[in-house]
Amino acid sequence: MSVLSEGAVRPVPAPRRRSRFMAWMRADTRAAASLVFLILLVGASLLANWVAPYSPLEQSMDILAPPSAAHLLGTDDLGRDVFSRLVHGAPASLYASVLAVLIGTSIGLPFGVLAGYLGGWVDTAVSRVIDTILSCPSIVLAIAVTGALGIGLTNSMIAVGIVFSPGLARLIRVQTMIVKGELYVDAARTFGMSTPRLVLRHILPNAIQPIIVQVTLLLATALLAEASLSFLGLGVQPPHPSWGQMLARAYAYMEIAPAQMYAPGLAIMFTALAFNGLGESLRSQLDPTRRRSD
Amino acid sequence: MADMTSPVPSAPLLDVRDLGIAFRSGAGMVQVTRDVTFAIAPGETVGLVGESGCGKTVTGLALMGLLPSATSHITGSVQLEGENLIGMPARQLQRRRGAKISMIFQEPMSALDPVFTIGQQISETLRAHRSVSAKEARERGIEALARVGIPEPALRFDAYPHQLSGGMRQRAMIAIAIVCEPRLLIADEPTTALDVTVQAQIVDVLGDLCARLGMAMLFITHDLGLVAQTCSRLVTMYAGEVIEQGRIDDMLVRPRHPYTSGLLRSLPALAARKTKLPAIPGRVPMRGEMPDGCRFRPRCDFALPPCEAPQPLDPVPPVGQVRCCRNDELELKGVLS
Repeated sequence: MSVLSEGAVRPVPAPRRRSRFMAWMRADTRAAASLVFLILLVGASLLANWVAPYSPLEQSMDILAPPSAAHLLGTDDLGRDVFSRLVHGAPASLYASVLAVLIGTSIGLPFGVLAGYLGGWVDTAVSRVIDTILSCPSIVLAIAVTGALGIGLTNSMIAVGIVFSPGLARLIRVQTMIVKGELYVDAARTFGMSTPRLVLRHILPNAIQPIIVQVTLLLATALLAEASLSFLGLGVQPPHPSWGQMLARAYAYMEIAPAQMYAPGLAIMFTALAFNGLGESLRSQLDPTRRRSD
Repeated sequence: MADMTSPVPSAPLLDVRDLGIAFRSGAGMVQVTRDVTFAIAPGETVGLVGESGCGKTVTGLALMGLLPSATSHITGSVQLEGENLIGMPARQLQRRRGAKISMIFQEPMSALDPVFTIGQQISETLRAHRSVSAKEARERGIEALARVGIPEPALRFDAYPHQLSGGMRQRAMIAIAIVCEPRLLIADEPTTALDVTVQAQIVDVLGDLCARLGMAMLFITHDLGLVAQTCSRLVTMYAGEVIEQGRIDDMLVRPRHPYTSGLLRSLPALAARKTKLPAIPGRVPMRGEMPDGCRFRPRCDFALPPCEAPQPLDPVPPVGQVRCCRNDELELKGVLS
C-alpha cells in the first residue's frame, strides 16, 4: 500500500517495509521464483551485449545446428546464434508487453472510472463504444490499427494496447460502480472530500485490485500478441530479433529442425507464467484485509 | 444534559424549515418527507426518533447534502449558521462538510475505507479543511483518538479498520468526524450495530464530546432509552412528517401525540414484567398509500372523524409542537409519571 499512502507518517518505514517484503517472498515461493526470473530477464536485456556470446545478426555457415558448446541453443537458418538472439530479443519483447499494457491501462482506466462514477449518458456512451470495439475480433483490430499507424514494434503494441483498453475499461467501470455505493465513500464525503479526491483516494484504490490481476494477465497476453504480430510481419522487422519473430522463423523449418521452436516458445511461456504468478501474489498481498497484523 | 431546558434562542445553529424530500421513482416523484421543521441551538443535543422507514435517515442525509441530485428533489430550507445548505454550490458545501457539520453512520464496519489506516483517514479529513503539516496532523489525529476513548491511540493510529472491533471502529469514525471540531454532528443510529455495553460507552463518548467541544448533535435513533439519556429535546417523526417535538422531560412525562406515547410505552425495560409488552399495531404506511389527514390515524386508538382532515403542527406551551387535533383532550401515558 506504500505507493498510495501519501500523507502517511510511519514511525520507521524503511526496515518495516523491507521485512514485510522478505516475509512475503518467504511465504510465497512462486512469487519469489517469478520475481527472480523477471529480474534475471531484465538484467539480461540490459546487459545483452555482455551476456550474449555473439552478435544477434552475425551469420555463419553453420545453419540449424543443434545445441553445442559453441552455440548453447544452436543456430538458426542463417547460422545466427539462437541464445544471442534470444537475449537480444528480450528487451523488444518486454518493451512490447509493458507498452501495450500501459497504453491499454491509460486509455481504459480513466474512461472506465468516469463511466462508472458519473453513470447516466456518459456511462451509456462509453459502454456502447466499448461494445463496438469488443465486437471486432481482436487480432483483426490489432492488424487494422497497425496498418493505419504503420508497421513497427511500437505501433503494433499501441494497437494491442487499444485492443486491451475496452476490457480494462469495462472491468474498472463495474468495480467503480460497486465501490461508489459503499458507505465509506459517503462517509468520506461527509468529512468534506472533494469529488476528484474521493475518486482518486477512496474509489480507485478499492476498485483497483482486479485490475492489477488483469494487468499481469495482459502482460502475458501482450507478449503473445507481440509474437503473433511479429509472426505476421507487423511487429519487429528482420533482421532484428524478437521472440515472436524467432518463433515465426523457426516455424518455417519445423519439419527439418523442430527443436528451433523450443527456445523462443519456452521463453515466452516462462515469462508469461512469471507475470501471472507475480500478479496473483501481488493482488493478495495488496489486500489489507488479508494482511496479517504487522 | 437533560436539564438544559432553554428554549431555542433567536439564532439557532441549525434551522430546518419545511424540508420536503421526494425521490424520482419510475416516471413520477414519491414524496418521502414533507414539512419537516425543527431547529437546533448551539451546543444542544436533539433526538430524532421514529420507526424504521419514517424518514429519519433521509432527513439526516439531506442535511448533509448527500442525496443524489439526479434522483431526488429537495424543497424547503436548511440554515446552518444562517447559510442555506439547500441549493448551495457543491464546492462551498464541501468546505462546510467535516468542518462545520459532520456525520457518523449506523454501520461502523463499512463506513471506514478498508485500504487506509485510521490515521490516514483522520489526517485526510484534517488536511482537507486545515493547512497542517503531516506531523501536526498525526499529533492532532492521535489526540482525537484519545478523546474518543481509544486506548493506545498512537498505536491505533496506524491500524487498519479490519484490525479494530466494532466499538473501536465507531470510536475511530467519531474521531474522524470531530477532528475538525464541527459545530454540529449528525449521528445516524450510531449504536444500532453495536453490543449493548458498547452502546452505552459510545453514547457517553458522544455526550462528553458535545459538552467539551460545545458541539450540537442531532441524534437519530429509534432507541428512546438512549434519547432519554443524552438529549435535551426530542423530535418525533412519523411517515415523513414531524408529529411532535418538545423538551424531553415534558415529552417523557406527558407525550401529546398518541404515536409518541406508543413509542414510549413499548420500551421493554420500562414496561412492567409479565405483562404483554404494548406494541403499536400495524406498520408505517408505504409511500404512495399515505392516508389523508392524520397519517397515524389507521393505527391510532383515539382516531375520530376530525382526524381525517390534514393536521397542522399546533404549539404546545412552552416550546413544544404537536400534529394532533386531540392533543388537549387526550391524557396519554408517558414513562416517568
